[in-house]
Amino acid sequence: MDKLSEMNREVCTAMNFRNLSYMIKQGFVSMWKNRMMSFASVGSVTAALLILGVILLLILNINNIATVTQNQFDEVVVYLEEDVDQSDTERIGDAINEFDGILSVIYQSKEQALEIMKQNLGENGYLLEGLEEENPLPNSYVIQLKDLKYADDVVMRLEGLTGVEDIRYLKDVLDQLMTIANTVRLGGFIIIGFLILISIFIISNTIKLTVAARKREINIMKYVGATNGFIRGPFVVEGMLLGLIGAVISIAVVYFGYKYLFTVLNEELYVLFTVYLVPYYKIFQDITIIFVSIGVGIGVIGSVLSIRKFLKV
Amino acid sequence: MIEFVNVTKVYDNEVRALSNINISIDKGEFVFLVGPSGAGKSTLIKLLLKETEPSAGRLFFNNKDITKVRNRGVPTIRRKIGMVFQDFRLLPKKTVYENVAFAMRIIGAPNKEIRRQVPIILSMVGLSKKANSYPNQLSGGEQQRVSIARALVNNPSLIIADEPTGNLDPDTAWEIMKLLKEINNRGTTILMATHASEIVNSMKRRVIAVKNGQVIRDEQRGVYGDEF
Repeated sequence: MDKLSEMNREVCTAMNFRNLSYMIKQGFVSMWKNRMMSFASVGSVTAALLILGVILLLILNINNIATVTQNQFDEVVVYLEEDVDQSDTERIGDAINEFDGILSVIYQSKEQALEIMKQNLGENGYLLEGLEEENPLPNSYVIQLKDLKYADDVVMRLEGLTGVEDIRYLKDVLDQLMTIANTVRLGGFIIIGFLILISIFIISNTIKLTVAARKREINIMKYVGATNGFIRGPFVVEGMLLGLIGAVISIAVVYFGYKYLFTVLNEELYVLFTVYLVPYYKIFQDITIIFVSIGVGIGVIGSVLSIRKFLKV
Repeated sequence: MIEFVNVTKVYDNEVRALSNINISIDKGEFVFLVGPSGAGKSTLIKLLLKETEPSAGRLFFNNKDITKVRNRGVPTIRRKIGMVFQDFRLLPKKTVYENVAFAMRIIGAPNKEIRRQVPIILSMVGLSKKANSYPNQLSGGEQQRVSIARALVNNPSLIIADEPTGNLDPDTAWEIMKLLKEINNRGTTILMATHASEIVNSMKRRVIAVKNGQVIRDEQRGVYGDEF
């Protein structure tokens, strides 16, 4: 028995570089021989990954909007009515301070509010010049919550105060954003799962053509004592190549497509808006890693499935 | 070197291919395996090649128990066995040389060794001049020589020939038998399944006759017999 396992080890170490170059060569040759089916395989992988790309970009951007605006979510702004006088203003401030879950309450006069708005606009601040005389902004209290969970409670109690004109807080927006993100994510995963299955099916059929054409060779290889890994090698390489080509195409399309969109939005719309978009140069690495691993994975699974039957000799 | 101990094989469809088989073959023997179609000859060969597992009993090869060997262990066993088929099973798009070299290549032999070994084997089977021919340019006998060369090239300790003369005319069949005898004389064990009664009768070697999944006769210097 010892001797047998020793021999097994020899079988394994025989999988050397000579074999590797043989496998890669065979993979390319058969991919070219079935170029119509190879084309279909690459197409299906590309289609699946493109849709994955769109969904990923949607999710990434929704998440980004959520993080960029995160600090606004635990903030409740109370706008005071125009005719509230100094003492009422103080009274309201004191009342708010008594609420549960309050971290801080800061009074913001309409003048301060205008100044902050100008700063936010940066270069475009001149747009607000001249408003000082007839300031349309209300006085307000900016309330920081200890935690988002106090938001509903605090808002309810604020509504009970007199002299309050409007209350703005972004939990609603956050909730909606998260619902959209979850829907996109769930729907996306179902669609992608389906497309990946189709891609595996098409790739495995493509490779079945090669396998069928080389049935005799595989049979002889089995009888002469080739290992399953060795026999499988060229087919797996073929599948990997098909998946890899699909991945490279879709990486290029998604990256340059998004870059174009990002640039156009940047030029056409205010700079302010693009703060919410994930910059295109940040997605390249992630997309590459995800697409290459899924593409190659599809190829490997497809090819292993297609040859399994023929290894049983 | 080969030992079947109480081997029984029942296939999944409940066909009982072999019942309680006991066979022992020594190193260097030349054994004919005879019997009607469906008697169990192919199953015996399949068990040796580990294409299938015995349902009961034990199987030894080169003094090792291979009853339970699976997956990774199978190639190791097959590299010690040279297979010769009735239909030759050559690769039509490869030359004679490449067909033989293929057997070495797929077990990862270095090119240097392939270039040294293949011509030796081709000259042994008398095909040195046909090294660059393709199988369809050869006669049936020559094709079978190529397939024997391929079976021999990795120095197996056993050659299993499954009806090697089945597709050949009598004269060519005898040439092939001469070659197998020569190989046997160099020490390689040969197990040959055949229906060729004339060959069996005149070779006067050990004959194992199977019928209905049982060994009905096992004798040295045996004959084909008329049981079937």
